[in-house]
Amino acid sequence: MGEKILMKGAEVLGESAIKAGCRLFFGYPITPQNEAPSYMAKRLPEVGGVFVQAESEVAAINMLYGAAASGHRVMTSSSSPGISLMQEGISYIAGAELPVVLVNVMRGGPGLGNIGPAQGDYFQSTKPGGNGDYHLITLAPMNLQEQIDLIYDAFELADQYRNPAMVLTDGLLGQIMEAVEFHREKDLATLPAKPWAATGINHRKKNLISSFDLDYDRLEAMNQHIQDKYSIIMEKEVRYESYFADDADIILVAYGTTGRICKAVVDTMRNEKKSVGLLRPISLWPFPDKILQQIARKNTTKGFLVVELSAGQMLEDVKISVNGVKPVHFHGRMGGNVPSPQEIMDIIHSIQWEGK
Amino acid sequence: MSPELKQIFKPSPILTPIQRSYCPGCTHGVIHRLVAECLEELQLQEKTVLVIPVGCSTLAVDYFELDTIQSAHGRAPAVATGVKRSNPDLFVMTYQGDGDLASIGTAEIVHAANRGEKITTIFVNNGIYGMTGGQMAPTTLLGWKTETSPYGRDSNREGNPIRISEMLSQLNGPAYIARTAVNSPKNVLGTKRAIKKAFTAQMKGLGFSLVEILSTCPTNWGLSPVQSLKRIDEETMPYYPLGEFKVAEGL
Repeated sequence: MGEKILMKGAEVLGESAIKAGCRLFFGYPITPQNEAPSYMAKRLPEVGGVFVQAESEVAAINMLYGAAASGHRVMTSSSSPGISLMQEGISYIAGAELPVVLVNVMRGGPGLGNIGPAQGDYFQSTKPGGNGDYHLITLAPMNLQEQIDLIYDAFELADQYRNPAMVLTDGLLGQIMEAVEFHREKDLATLPAKPWAATGINHRKKNLISSFDLDYDRLEAMNQHIQDKYSIIMEKEVRYESYFADDADIILVAYGTTGRICKAVVDTMRNEKKSVGLLRPISLWPFPDKILQQIARKNTTKGFLVVELSAGQMLEDVKISVNGVKPVHFHGRMGGNVPSPQEIMDIIHSIQWEGK
Repeated sequence: MSPELKQIFKPSPILTPIQRSYCPGCTHGVIHRLVAECLEELQLQEKTVLVIPVGCSTLAVDYFELDTIQSAHGRAPAVATGVKRSNPDLFVMTYQGDGDLASIGTAEIVHAANRGEKITTIFVNNGIYGMTGGQMAPTTLLGWKTETSPYGRDSNREGNPIRISEMLSQLNGPAYIARTAVNSPKNVLGTKRAIKKAFTAQMKGLGFSLVEILSTCPTNWGLSPVQSLKRIDEETMPYYPLGEFKVAEGL
């Protein structure tokens, strides 16, 4: 602790979870996150934890369901096709209000796609991907240090709200090495009590973990309870980084890896005295819609450019937030390709910004 | 002097005293009772977590005075794995039907058994999907007419019925695997003995245990409860023989 060490992204995922008090990991091999389960297989027994390689992602997510249902912090990591297989279990977990942490190291899609970095699972993570009305608290880091912080926070938020939390990264963040520092470690004695968990009836009232109710009114009430919880989360847990966004004519909107690239774009263009800023959503759900509305309403704001490693998914949330007040442009790359800062600057120059 | 009255039968404290929603003649009630009796006799109630499947026995979320987890279709063994691995001192069991376990949940049951997860599965096999209204299951016998095998199950078209107990007993992970029935008082008692043995296997930490219980579905078989019990003797048992397929040393 307090010491900078060089680590690979996928390994950082594992150590971050351990530092957050997680002692259980269930997973299935898939590139580009294989170093995460490998790390956990080696590391968890050293700290009294348990690693199980599941027979499939379908089984892995249900092992999480069981571990969380019986009161434990638990995590899995996977990549896009594997996360697709988990959607059924994620829906059950959200319905039964269980705290788990999921990591999606996004890769090129659809289908098998490839193992390059992508952001094509934004819809699946934020809308959500499984059946029914639910949301994952979705956090997107732009570098490994932020990934450490967000995994820690994901565990805390999951427990606080009894809701699954997703840390959404990509093949680039999964594979790069960076110097990181683990500055927080959860004292296991301070893990929150979970009196609702299935731990044996033990002379108290029965605990039932379920997303099931045949009675229409009761199921509607259960849904309303979850929606009320979401209202609180939307009110309290929005996170973003505003990088010169309150002092710019042109606003870039990007998260994760593209957010990091756009930050470099802002630096370069600011040096050239161009009025460009970045609004980087860190919580993708709840989405930072209010700050985007505020920026859109400013007279100085000429418009937005959304940059994603997708055909335009977060773009829709930006458009909903901006609500036609200012133009919203888009630049996306797919298939594992990542735009260079120069490519994004060329796009910025090519757009006819109003008032120019 | 009045003769001394002795209570020889009473409701199980592990079964919730509410009306069941199962069809008349369904054997889930008998099997629930046997599970409850075994848990009570082995003093397991306080430390048991019951994992409930999708199917008719999803209704059992309300029927046991046990901490209960309702799981997705077929996934109960994976859920139970998560519970047991994080709480090795708990007694963890799944209760699954044949559509749940032998069709959509084959991967989960095979691998939980193969890992030797220290959990117990009560596998209720009536050869048909009950809750959804009588569709063919992997366990449906050849010739049986169901909603989705209206001309009778044909091995060329739908394959042959799966013998789960025999299949799982090929693995090293299971400590106890038995097939029983509940269509006669003798078989009911045999089922209770098997459940107790399966529970004991888990308590002793010997590995995975499963009891396959041949059951009926009068509603979807289109037979009376009594005819259904007879059908177990005449059609089901010849294909699914009763017996113990795996008994670990020390059991």
